[in-house]
Amino acid sequence: MDTDVAALTTVFTEFYYWITVALMFLIHVGFCMYEVGASRRRNHMHTLMKNSMLIPLVTVTWFFFGWWIYWAFAGGPGITGPLGHPDPAVAAAYTPWGESMGPRLDDRISGVFWAAFLLFAWTAASIVSGAVIERIRHFAFWIFAVLIGSVTWSIDAAWGWHFNGWMVELLGYHDAYASGVIHGIAGGTALGVLVVLGPRLGKFAADGTPRDIVPHNTWLVCIGLFLIYTGFWGFYVACNVPLATTAYIDGQLTGATQTATTIYLTPTTLGAITVNFLMSLAGGMLVGYMVSKGDAFWTYSGGLAGIITASAGNDLYHPIQAMIIAGIGTFLMYKIHYWVERRFKVDDAVGAVAVHGYAGVIGLVLAGFVLWGHPSSPYEGFAAINPLGQLVGAVIMFGVLGFLPAWIIAKILHSQGLLRIPREIEVLGLDFLSNKEAEAARADVVAGVRSESAGA
Amino acid sequence: MSTTPIDSWAVDLANVTHIYPFAGAEGLMALIGIVLWLAWHVWQVRHENEILKDSVQKYGDEATLQNAIDDHH
Repeated sequence: MDTDVAALTTVFTEFYYWITVALMFLIHVGFCMYEVGASRRRNHMHTLMKNSMLIPLVTVTWFFFGWWIYWAFAGGPGITGPLGHPDPAVAAAYTPWGESMGPRLDDRISGVFWAAFLLFAWTAASIVSGAVIERIRHFAFWIFAVLIGSVTWSIDAAWGWHFNGWMVELLGYHDAYASGVIHGIAGGTALGVLVVLGPRLGKFAADGTPRDIVPHNTWLVCIGLFLIYTGFWGFYVACNVPLATTAYIDGQLTGATQTATTIYLTPTTLGAITVNFLMSLAGGMLVGYMVSKGDAFWTYSGGLAGIITASAGNDLYHPIQAMIIAGIGTFLMYKIHYWVERRFKVDDAVGAVAVHGYAGVIGLVLAGFVLWGHPSSPYEGFAAINPLGQLVGAVIMFGVLGFLPAWIIAKILHSQGLLRIPREIEVLGLDFLSNKEAEAARADVVAGVRSESAGA
Repeated sequence: MSTTPIDSWAVDLANVTHIYPFAGAEGLMALIGIVLWLAWHVWQVRHENEILKDSVQKYGDEATLQNAIDDHH
């Protein structure tokens, strides 16, 4: 920061990521509104606290090990490089005792960059939260929140969302705005938990026909989704590096033109992703409205699914491509959701597996065809984007790092009686005891007021 | 004397690195933080077990459950 240009560039970048963090907070506000709106009145506070407490838990674990994993696991380790590839000193700086983790005047970016990634981690955990409402134990959910928020998403980001990730290098994996690395893995994780957790009481009739457990407040659900859209702007912008010189990128690019880049350091523009975000939102909402015949919940969810489907390639797509891809993803995720519900009796309370998981996977696969041959990286020797690489990447995100670890942990928790609340509590409602205590407190106050007013 | 590396601002900022107190104790602080985090989970699961057990004992009778089903919302 010893020249005006260096100072402006640094402060701009610092402020840029800071703004994304503030915006991404809205995603969490939206998720809380959406989940509480989807739950029945008897479960409101439990639902709210389940989601809210992932904030401190993922935050501290992201500090303790999540951020280090991102910088240490890009090479596998052991696939394209050892632990800390390509620069072990950088990974060491992001251990909780590392030199880049505390306030420093010679490093103004690490803190805001850490926070932006943390907000992605909250989002990943929060996606899982909605699917499992009204029957999971807090303890169990918070274990899953730490699992996805500070371990598995961090590994998948190191592998497929890092300028030296082995999936980028070997597979040509391209996922600029996290169709797979956030949404695919979160959908897979939710599904892995759901198949062990089981449906809510009363969800399925004796013959297996699903019943519709209607959100207690659809209006709140939709406004929650609207807030998620708003926070999604921060999410998108945080996926970019705002200003990079070719010298900083240190790849095959030549000349002196500075540019915004994706997380892979491949050039794009803020304008490109802004238009594509809006066109994919539009494509998703139009198809969501059509396929659900005007249902508000699925129309809003369709907008989200549209963005998620197009996100893998929204740094490069033409806006009309983004719109059509979004529509395809939304249509398919809706159909798959109801097919899985009927066929496998999976009770995904808010459609999280569909909106995030299926749409994310579909988006990755479509990007492989539409962007076939485009360089995945500015560096020499990296595979180009291709359908097979994207398909393998989707399997890794949804299945290997999403479904599998969650299913294993769910099985372990289930075997210990720690996964699901007792049947009696589910019947009474999770807030039953606190409501009783509130009633008793109210009665006590009323008695006190009556007594004192009589004395006066 | 300062707990931070700075005991005067008569410095060239280009030479200033970290500004937090007790530098050198980062490993110990990380250990304390991790222990506190794990202890929180242990406390939480015990607390949750107690609450669930108490609730079932107090309100898990058939009549209360039936009322809760009838008053389903």
